[in-house]
Amino acid sequence: MTTTPIAAPEKATPPPATPTKISRRRELLSLYLAISPFYILFAIFGVFPIVFSIYLSFQNWDGIGDMQFVGFAQYQFLLSDPQFWKVLLNTFQIWIISTIPMLAIALVVAFLLNQQIRAKGSYRIAYFIPNVTSIVAITLIFGSIFSNQFGLVNAFLEWIGVEPVQWLTEPWPIKIAVAAIVIWRWMGYNALIYLAGLQAIPNDLYDAARVDGASWVQVFFRITVPMLRPIILFTVITSTIGGLQLFTEPQLLLGNAGGPGSEGQTISLYLYQQAFTLNDFGYGAALSWAMFIVIILFSIINWRLVQGTGTRGLRIRRGARS
Amino acid sequence: MTTGERVKSTVTHLLLIFGVLLSIFPFYWMFLMATRTTPEIFRYPPALVPGSHLLENIRNVFASIDFWGSTWNSFLVAGITTVLVLFFSSLAAFAFAKFDFPGKNVLFIFLLATFMVPGQLSIVPQFAIMAQLGWVGTLQALIIPGAVSAFGIFLLRQYAEGAISSELLDAARIDGCGFLRQYWNVAVPLLRPALAFLGIFTFIGQWNDYLWPLIIMINPEQLTLQVALSQLFGVYATDFSMVMAGTLLAVIPLLIVFFIGARQFLADLAAGALKQ
Repeated sequence: MTTTPIAAPEKATPPPATPTKISRRRELLSLYLAISPFYILFAIFGVFPIVFSIYLSFQNWDGIGDMQFVGFAQYQFLLSDPQFWKVLLNTFQIWIISTIPMLAIALVVAFLLNQQIRAKGSYRIAYFIPNVTSIVAITLIFGSIFSNQFGLVNAFLEWIGVEPVQWLTEPWPIKIAVAAIVIWRWMGYNALIYLAGLQAIPNDLYDAARVDGASWVQVFFRITVPMLRPIILFTVITSTIGGLQLFTEPQLLLGNAGGPGSEGQTISLYLYQQAFTLNDFGYGAALSWAMFIVIILFSIINWRLVQGTGTRGLRIRRGARS
Repeated sequence: MTTGERVKSTVTHLLLIFGVLLSIFPFYWMFLMATRTTPEIFRYPPALVPGSHLLENIRNVFASIDFWGSTWNSFLVAGITTVLVLFFSSLAAFAFAKFDFPGKNVLFIFLLATFMVPGQLSIVPQFAIMAQLGWVGTLQALIIPGAVSAFGIFLLRQYAEGAISSELLDAARIDGCGFLRQYWNVAVPLLRPALAFLGIFTFIGQWNDYLWPLIIMINPEQLTLQVALSQLFGVYATDFSMVMAGTLLAVIPLLIVFFIGARQFLADLAAGALKQ
């Protein structure tokens, strides 16, 4: 600290105290060292496996013996594999029946939370709890709630005089049960993201609507939804990526085969079954590439859809204002 | 407040409370089942108040799986990963946020691009690599691949740009601090709120991870808590009350971690989502 009187005038001039080439070189070295762990680990556990998985997808390999080159036959088999198309359809169906209700409810919850109400912080915490709890634990709980004979849902249905449903054995009920877990777990998360977006919307828009005597429903559909478009896009894309990788819920609820008739088997679950329980690593790698392509395609389609309808909405609003 | 406003506010609260009840109910149901015997659970109509068999069920859990062993494994994996992620990510984020070096932008864009790669794309070869390294069934197979996170670097960099003033760094430099001293004495204390968020986020994520530990931990005595729980379910599927007691024990530590950091966590989560 004795150097302070000398250092103080120097502070006005930007260059560091000893601007020699050596110290700059030493600084650069420490900077590259500081960022290197990510690149090293990503090279070993990210890039290399991806390249390796392309190679692997052209081989037959049980993980122990020699690899056997099969080339595009692997992908030909994949495209003609009825089970692949089946799990793709399952994944898509579960994704649709979970994502649409989930995001719709989340939007309404966010809208309600954005009103001038008390205890906002406590509501936010309560709505986020499902997301931080273990998926394994939650799936086990839902497994008992949806249990065919004694489950709570069926007890309730019986109480209101409706025939009980075979939740874990019938094609659509299986998918609804899986979707229910997804909705329950991610609704609050998305609601909080929407809420953050809502808080960025200028208040004068709402004030103007109030002065004009707009109803709740009008405010929601004319201001809230259009203004949130970019954030809705973000949540749609993230839930697409998450939804297409769905694994834990169907695996625990229904087993590796996805229940009777494989009605709950997702692409991820099929990949796991092929690679890690049947030791068909080559096919597993090919499936992971198929999954990757599907995720990319879906993300592009979603982006187009949400973006497209959004700009149209914007144009109408602009037209209306002028 | 006018009558109209009061009605509106009441309706809003009622709807929100209904949503909260749906969010909380499965936990209450878990607790109920953990306190009853399995035959009691399957009785109709279902009981909606706790029973008196909690301790007995917990004892059964301890007798069926190595609960403390797998909890310890989970704790080690989640704890060590969190420390490594915080250290490596903040170091890189500080370098990216506050210094210039050749190739910085390209390297950062590459880092962002890795967000797009789904983990399951490389899961099969990753297992093969672990087998080659002889790491199958070891804790480092769970820790090392996740020891730095692109998300963590991105998040901390955004935060560091605003939180660390360049004047402060200049002053430290004039006092003779090298990069590491600037990192440790200036950056780390200022980054503390963002580090807290990333720490909780990483810990919960690791604690809950299921697919990778399921693949890599092959011996029953090395399981993490999530995998051990799933085995409890697989083997003793009929003893729901015991499974639920295990589930209850597994959920409590997470809820504690979450409640400690909840407010900070939620504020930062929302902010992070908006920036993306």
